[in-house]
Amino acid sequence: MANYSTNEFRSGLKVMLDGDPCSILENEFVKPGKGQAFSRVKLRNLKTSRVLEKTFKSGESLEGADVMDQDMQYLYTDGDFWYFMEPDTFEQHQATENAVGDALQWLSEQDVCMVTLYNGSPLSVMPPNHVEIEIIETDPGLRGDTAQGGSKPAKLVTGAVVKVPLFLDQGDVIKVDTRTGEYQGRVK
Amino acid sequence: MNKWQPGASLNTLRRRAVMLSSIREFFKHRSVLEVDVPVLGRSTVTDLNIDSIAISSDGEQGYLQTSPEYFMKRLLASGSGDIYSMGKAFRDGEIGIKHNPEFTMLEWYRCGWDDHQLMSEVAELMKLLLASEDGTTCDVIKMSYADCFFDSLGFDPHSADLSDLQLLAAKLASESWLDETRANCLDLIFSVQVEPQLPLGVAIIYDYPECQAALAKMGKNSVGQTISRRFEAFFNGVEIANGYLELIDANEQAMRFERDTEARKRLDRPTLGIDQNFLAALNSGIPACAGVAIGLDRLLMGILGVDSIDQVLAFSWVRC
Repeated sequence: MANYSTNEFRSGLKVMLDGDPCSILENEFVKPGKGQAFSRVKLRNLKTSRVLEKTFKSGESLEGADVMDQDMQYLYTDGDFWYFMEPDTFEQHQATENAVGDALQWLSEQDVCMVTLYNGSPLSVMPPNHVEIEIIETDPGLRGDTAQGGSKPAKLVTGAVVKVPLFLDQGDVIKVDTRTGEYQGRVK
Repeated sequence: MNKWQPGASLNTLRRRAVMLSSIREFFKHRSVLEVDVPVLGRSTVTDLNIDSIAISSDGEQGYLQTSPEYFMKRLLASGSGDIYSMGKAFRDGEIGIKHNPEFTMLEWYRCGWDDHQLMSEVAELMKLLLASEDGTTCDVIKMSYADCFFDSLGFDPHSADLSDLQLLAAKLASESWLDETRANCLDLIFSVQVEPQLPLGVAIIYDYPECQAALAKMGKNSVGQTISRRFEAFFNGVEIANGYLELIDANEQAMRFERDTEARKRLDRPTLGIDQNFLAALNSGIPACAGVAIGLDRLLMGILGVDSIDQVLAFSWVRC
């Protein structure tokens, strides 16, 4: 991979730091009056999601990380791995539970997810922003109660638990925003 | 972002105009003469960490000036008396949230004054410019470099071993600091550890380390250590001004130029011709004086409480 110098550090650039792939979040150019310039850089470790701050001399460089975001279709899981397919090449990738992470609770077969590949293997999975999933378990619905406030927990087929309005029932399909985990509406 | 539009709001542009006219008023009352010196010169500074933008005119090499200092000192040597300049300065590669390669600098010289007298004047100007409409203004504190360094870190910067400073710098940044110079280690430690702990309002820090003298005279501090008679002012922890009890000894100045040039060679950086007109002016004699430069864009950021230099410039470099 190419090396990137501090003046090429931009938000979104993927670099290697201490053996881990990281994404640059912020790069602040610092220069004391008569002193040497340096860069204070905020990075997210893509393996651990931890945000760290590092100071580099101007002109220092980091190796680029072989990290790529790619839309892929979720196929199935065999319990050990979760399988994703590139829509153009039909190439399949297996992701570990660690890589799938929180996306796990939202995944339905055939959903198109953003898979981050590191050296060709899935490093993390982002579910679609909005998903439509069936309720598998919730208290019985209160008929007619569509206007009042109030909510109850509902367990979804994929495993997530979401707060839903009281009128919803087991078997209803709902739309959820995966970024916030919030109920968006009922799907007819 | 619409790049054709200005980064500063119309209100900010008005505030900028008020700031500039308040400064002119301030110096008019004090009989300091405004001078308009070139931003395009045939020579430039040799300072190791300041890069000039080279240009050419009709095949002749020139540089956009990184400060009006040399031209102003030539005026002082010609008997101008107290002078100030408000104009553009340029520094190559300085681009960031608090940096623009072209910026507005206020610089002034007071003949027969020392650095502490000038610090008081800086404080008065700051209080004037930072005053809100109801007349309340910000606090100004003044402390030595050694004291504020000690308050944050618990040791004395002037007597500390280089190896200890390198270790601390490496811990704060990366291992590449282990072979850095004393000046660079101190700058890093000061920027990362001391600046964020400076009090709100204006903080004027004086008696900088000997190795960071630049164009300041040397002196002794209250406990007899050699220091440079240099000071800086910070507003809410952001550096906005740099001043000196000016070095007026031509021989010492020539030696510092040579030292810069040697250091530039060692680091494979472009070496620059020494400004002979400036040295000749020093040789003919410039009055004992103190001088200071203030970054007016940074100051306006402080006055308005905004984070980015783009918000106080009509058009920052990204919009040019």
